[in-house]
Amino acid sequence: MEARELICIGCPMGCSLRAEIKESQVISVTGNTCRHGEEYAKKEVTNPTRIVTSSVKVEGGKLGVVSVKTREDIPKEKIFAVIKELKDVRVQAPVSIGDVIIKNVAGTGVDVVATRNN
Amino acid sequence: MLHYDIVIVGGGPAGLAAAVSAKEHGVESILVLERDQELGGILNQCIHNGFGLHTFQEELTGPEYAGRFIEQAEKAQVAYKLNTMVLEISKDKVVTVMNGKEGMFEIQASAVILAMGCRERARGALNIPGYRPAGIYSAGTAQRLVNMEGFLPGRQVVILGSGDIGLIMARRMTLEGAKVHVVAELLPYSGGLKRNLVQCLDDFNIPLKLSHTVVDIDGKDRVKGVTIAKVDEGRKPISGTETYYPCDTLLLSCGLIPENELSQSLGVELNPVTSGPFVNECFETNVEGVFACGNVLHVHDLVDFVSKEAASAGKHAAAYVKYKGKHPAVVSKDIPIVPESGVRYTVPKTINPDRMDEKHTIRFRVDKVYKNCYISVYLGKERIIYKKRPIAAPGEMEEVIFHKELFQAVPDLSKITIKIEEA
Repeated sequence: MEARELICIGCPMGCSLRAEIKESQVISVTGNTCRHGEEYAKKEVTNPTRIVTSSVKVEGGKLGVVSVKTREDIPKEKIFAVIKELKDVRVQAPVSIGDVIIKNVAGTGVDVVATRNN
Repeated sequence: MLHYDIVIVGGGPAGLAAAVSAKEHGVESILVLERDQELGGILNQCIHNGFGLHTFQEELTGPEYAGRFIEQAEKAQVAYKLNTMVLEISKDKVVTVMNGKEGMFEIQASAVILAMGCRERARGALNIPGYRPAGIYSAGTAQRLVNMEGFLPGRQVVILGSGDIGLIMARRMTLEGAKVHVVAELLPYSGGLKRNLVQCLDDFNIPLKLSHTVVDIDGKDRVKGVTIAKVDEGRKPISGTETYYPCDTLLLSCGLIPENELSQSLGVELNPVTSGPFVNECFETNVEGVFACGNVLHVHDLVDFVSKEAASAGKHAAAYVKYKGKHPAVVSKDIPIVPESGVRYTVPKTINPDRMDEKHTIRFRVDKVYKNCYISVYLGKERIIYKKRPIAAPGEMEEVIFHKELFQAVPDLSKITIKIEEA
């Protein structure tokens, strides 16, 4: 049986996790202090994902940019594809928290939404 | 003169949580003073995720977390003034304030809550030799430029210091198309959270060099490169270990310092370890009716804990206003909490069993990395808490919880000791 030591990125607690792996499946997770840790370890071993946060240009707003995020986590290898799609996006003010900026970004099935009002 | 029961200096996460809580506890007359053009404080530029898991059981970005508290404050009809700077607070709680619309004016407060936050340690405090070219920024300044103003301050980047903002900016600059060559950290361990080492450096193959520092900055008008060298145990650069990195930008993430100039002129006594005020379990400073919370009190890793602490400060400030400073339950003395081996400080500094809530969280930091240690609490000679920690590091705040009944069993207690005991 194989084991991997991981650090949970679910929240700033950063629990040290140990995932036991059999036939590339996680069979047990220890060291986590909440359910997020178990989910994270399972994903990190089989299909690592991240929430991507960035900003896009805004026209006519109080600030020149508005912060955005992928509403859910996306596969880690798609991070730069998401960033590339965001690069040339321009939105018109007003923008509110939760407004969809891009639907189905980089073919991930996940939307990019605004995270502040502008 | 204007009068408010509670004046709160700072409209960031601490100020907002304190305001909402004070309102909930029955004080109507509250004024928040904020020097920026909007509420929310530093969270507005922290666009990364990871905020709010404790408070809202969901993962939010900084602006979203701030948004929740701004909404609560608006709903509670908390009064606030933006673009307004507090110049001075006198011992009798007259707050001298200035803004562009109303000029300079005074406000009489019954209680004051200090929630000014912290600022970054600047180059001048780091004694880095070399010229003073353009291209040297604190990590937080770069964060504001990228995330709020929409400018990328550089393309080839070296980061000194592995504080969380530096790690977050290593990722952010990378995503925006810059190349981050290295993060150098003077100490043998990182000052940031472990999760940020994973998701900000490891994910992007950015090297972290521990026990390294910048020994020279090259370039007269604009940064052309920096020289990094290994340091010995005394943190002195070791000759012959220098590496030159061509770059156009140096970001500094070398620690945060509570911003306490106002507190000092008010006569608030500061803890030299945290650079924040000494407070009792009500978050009240040595100046009666003056409370402190958030990063002005001690620098936090998690805003969730800031919100919790600040809500408690708001509640106690409300009680202070209600009881006019004379808490009816108090008969015994405040008991000092003494940090010993391994524990650098505690917040609060004292606790009063008559006045405390059913349970109270004591927060502190350790002085170095410990593995498989115990956090021990002694009442006199008796050890009442013995909490095992697989790992304890200075970059991650620790806590123990005191229950009121602990103290009822031991009257006439002269001190409480917290220490790290190695297994």
